[in-house]
Amino acid sequence: MHTVRIGSGAGYAGDRIEPAVELAERGDIAYLGFECLAERTIALAQQARLADPEGGYDPLLEARMRAVLPACARRRIRIVTNMGAANPIAAARATARIARDLGLAGLKIAAVTGDDVLEAVRDDEHRLLERDGTVADLGERVISANAYLGATPIVAALRGGADVVITGRVADPALFLAPLMHEFGWAEDDWDRMGKGTVVGHLLECAGQITGGYFADPGHKDVAGLARLGFPLAEVAADGSAVITKVPGSGGQVSLASCKEQLLYELHDPTRYLQPDVVADFSSVRLQADGADRVAVSGGSGAQRPDTLKVSVGYLDSFVGEGQISYAGPGALARGRLALDIVRERLALTGVQTTELRFDMIGWDAVHRGPSPEGPEPPEVRIRVAGRTETMAEAVRIGNEVETLYTNGPAGGGGAWKSARQVLAVVSTLIPRGEVTPTLTWETA
Amino acid sequence: MKLRDLAHARTGDKGNSSNISVIAHDPGDFAFLCEHVTADRVRAHFAGTVQGAVERYELPGLGALNFVLHDTLGGGVTRSLSLDAHGKSLSGCLLEMELPDPQRRPAR
Repeated sequence: MHTVRIGSGAGYAGDRIEPAVELAERGDIAYLGFECLAERTIALAQQARLADPEGGYDPLLEARMRAVLPACARRRIRIVTNMGAANPIAAARATARIARDLGLAGLKIAAVTGDDVLEAVRDDEHRLLERDGTVADLGERVISANAYLGATPIVAALRGGADVVITGRVADPALFLAPLMHEFGWAEDDWDRMGKGTVVGHLLECAGQITGGYFADPGHKDVAGLARLGFPLAEVAADGSAVITKVPGSGGQVSLASCKEQLLYELHDPTRYLQPDVVADFSSVRLQADGADRVAVSGGSGAQRPDTLKVSVGYLDSFVGEGQISYAGPGALARGRLALDIVRERLALTGVQTTELRFDMIGWDAVHRGPSPEGPEPPEVRIRVAGRTETMAEAVRIGNEVETLYTNGPAGGGGAWKSARQVLAVVSTLIPRGEVTPTLTWETA
Repeated sequence: MKLRDLAHARTGDKGNSSNISVIAHDPGDFAFLCEHVTADRVRAHFAGTVQGAVERYELPGLGALNFVLHDTLGGGVTRSLSLDAHGKSLSGCLLEMELPDPQRRPAR
């Protein structure tokens, strides 16, 4: 039976690079996908592009391409990635230049554009999904608006002979669904296979999260070799069933447990996973052990795709100021509480204008939620104050009030740290599918 | 007995919502989890953190439950003031939940 082997070389923009090289060298794969574009990343990239017209793509593109292109070219592995971010065409040009540097003349690179719908959604017709109002209400604070494209333009690029396909905003599973559609000739209205291919893409898109990353819990869920975690690959059959595995000898594990966790990751209603290509149904997915580090995936289905595409809108929201300082030894918790009380009072006394404030004790209640912590006092705590402001100047004052605890606060405060930053936030809206026109641009090394 | 003795969990995020999967180590414990790890109990466990509704989806074929916690991430990953803006650590916090039947044998 004809199967396609497809690997996942990154689960986020800053991910490790060697596991992708390992997949290319030893994974016997035909395709290598790299998912590198978190919700906000494209808005940050748009800012970079405004500063430099040739910028705005993934800052690690050069390092990743230099690392994987030699093996991919030698083994005829085709790369699909959203590393184009806010500037896929410049990313394609950069990739062509890198390929020429590496002596890989002739490499064909396709850039997918058309996801940038900023001008189309600026009017007052486009309501925000998360809150009342429209994109227009955000006014000049809007930085970017990108529609989640589907697999179709990637399939067109592969059909046109692309060795590397570089996109901006596309649905993450589409990076993997597209090669399957291309290899098996799946029609884009074959909803059942679109659903099954989306299951495979969803399992692969976070790379190490299915091979033992984001999973280990010593004594309960032990995982060996996380420092050299292998990234996953899928052996996919024409009917959409697949086996998830990894390169033999790499670290980590592919187990029923790791696959179940990743199948449900970032899922809401498992019967209605909304994608630009399909409304996928994960509720009927079956997972079966298939030997060491192999899990067979079958089932899953889909229904007709939505008439609208989701659009991520990046905008300048506010500023956040933050400060931290640590206390240790007997009474650390009480000194930490005193420190927080002092900062709370100081922010009021000095009139720091905030719209939201948060007071945490790291090591006690900062990320721990649920019933109040029990048990003995911790040997150390680190207090943290974070506040939202309308200006950078106000944000800076928050960290300063934490820092002054050095000489004005409780005994033994050490390791103060402060920061202030502008917050680029993301909201969503919808756009009719017909208003979005994906386009391919070609570069040859 | 804590939920951690019977199940493992993973948190994901979308906007201002969090989803937490709760997966039985032994699929034979799925009915027990369905009975005791209800949407109401999860909402009560995270009182003060969850500002919206909690929905529960059952996946018997996987021996898993999927909880969706709305309005939970302090305005969403991109603007939350929380140290853990994604809410990744919520799964560990949920596994602390006490289950009522001390006679049951932990799966591992």
